[in-house]
Amino acid sequence: MCPASCLDPQSSFLIHRSSIQLITLSHVSKRYPGGRQALNDVGFTIETGELAFITGHSGAGKSTLLKLLVGIEWPTAGSIIVNGQNVGTLQARAVPFLRRKFGLIFQDHKLLFDRSAFGNVALPLEISGFGAKDGARRVRAALDKVGLLKHEKAMPITLSGGEQQRLCIARAIVHRPAILLADEPTGNLDADYATEIGELFRSFNQVGVTVIVATHDQALLTRLKPRVITLRNGALAEAA
Amino acid sequence: MKTWLAQHGRCFSTTLVKLARTPLGSVFNIIVIGIALSLPVGLYVLIDNLQAASGQLSAEPQISAYMALDASRTETAQIETRLKQSPRVQRYRLVLRDQALQELKQSSGLADVIDSLPQNPLPDAFVISAKNNTPQALEALRDEIAQWPRVVHAQLDAAWARRLDATLRFGRLVVLILGGLLALALVAVTFNTIRLQVLTQRDEVEVIKLIGATDAFIRRPFLYYGALQGAAGGLVAWLIVGAGIWVVNRNLGELSHVYAALFQLKQLTPGDAGALLLLPLALGWFGAWLSVGRHLRLIEP
Repeated sequence: MCPASCLDPQSSFLIHRSSIQLITLSHVSKRYPGGRQALNDVGFTIETGELAFITGHSGAGKSTLLKLLVGIEWPTAGSIIVNGQNVGTLQARAVPFLRRKFGLIFQDHKLLFDRSAFGNVALPLEISGFGAKDGARRVRAALDKVGLLKHEKAMPITLSGGEQQRLCIARAIVHRPAILLADEPTGNLDADYATEIGELFRSFNQVGVTVIVATHDQALLTRLKPRVITLRNGALAEAA
Repeated sequence: MKTWLAQHGRCFSTTLVKLARTPLGSVFNIIVIGIALSLPVGLYVLIDNLQAASGQLSAEPQISAYMALDASRTETAQIETRLKQSPRVQRYRLVLRDQALQELKQSSGLADVIDSLPQNPLPDAFVISAKNNTPQALEALRDEIAQWPRVVHAQLDAAWARRLDATLRFGRLVVLILGGLLALALVAVTFNTIRLQVLTQRDEVEVIKLIGATDAFIRRPFLYYGALQGAAGGLVAWLIVGAGIWVVNRNLGELSHVYAALFQLKQLTPGDAGALLLLPLALGWFGAWLSVGRHLRLIEP
């Protein structure tokens, strides 16, 4: 059901490195039921190991674009190839395995408040059937990476906004995905926290993870100097 | 395989935790299921015991066979040999005509009248118990005996047996209908419980869907919950019925002293008890499956 590469992220890394074009969109359009045209003939390629920002005013189609990548929404036209797979024609039961290739970071964190920080970060490993002992090691490593190791037993509700966002990041990286996908990760944070988060993204990118961030945080842009893909009214404005 | 087992083990334990986290709600649900199940099960136990007891009672169906008035002793003895050899006869008692007259004299208080009779009006008679007490077998045996030489009349005291049989069969039908209805109720209760759970855990379901959980993974805890709740209900039903039998038996003990007859309700056999746990487990699973399949489709990230 699941190729060996998605069980062992370490080896899948190497595969991704060799296949340069990680994500390819061509002529992608998305019209929502009701008639709103969210994306119109969008096409670009993101290569393995890139740090790419998708920017644009709100309503420009950033969120829709991310949703299309992980199979939450489906394009009405065009094709989206992720790691050689056409997301648009994926069967429903293959979608969970597509999503496991990504680490997802949300503006509203989407943490589970009925379990500890540790429990939240362990979730992706539970889902992919990781052994408890090996899993615990990885969870602590991920928590350590975002500086929350001493809060592993804390319930998410007791953490600050910035800490909750970092917890969300720990959950996104614990299964060592090839692609990190962040939707307005600094939207609710003040400048200091936003800087921290930006540094985290830079460090992940430095070890070879492809990082895609949808944001309109100009400060983050100037600090990280990523490749920028700008959307305007659902169409590509410029692809630097 | 190991992963699969580990996931199921973890799911089982988190389900137990979930049950324990809302003790009042869970307990009430389980009690409702237990009481509902204990009704047909209790009735079943009663009928089962009645049937067993009906074999013990002295009112066991019997066949009375009357010889011709002028049958000789040898002819009666020939019938007796046949009865002795018949594989379908459990036991028999020969009542000779003189003996019968004596008994009548003593028991009826009509000694004077009987003494005044010119001759003994009673024939030799056999009282026969069959090995197989089903109405069909008894009737067949009666018909056979009635055709033997010099047997004038064979009579089956079967009305009683028939009536009991019909009553028990009716009782069993009631158990079946009641059981069917309450099984439906169990499925409905589980359906509703799981519906509420899915809705209250909407956010959680959404999140784990987003991070790549398969439908089977999402469904599993709910199915476990339904199955466990059903099985716990079965356990409660078993305890209720067991306690009921125990209480009844204590009181029957005094009663059977007075009547010098031993009448005790038997507890459920291990097989019955196992069915009482497994069937609600399966029904709970089914109810949860229906519910979760229906409601998970409504939750898309």
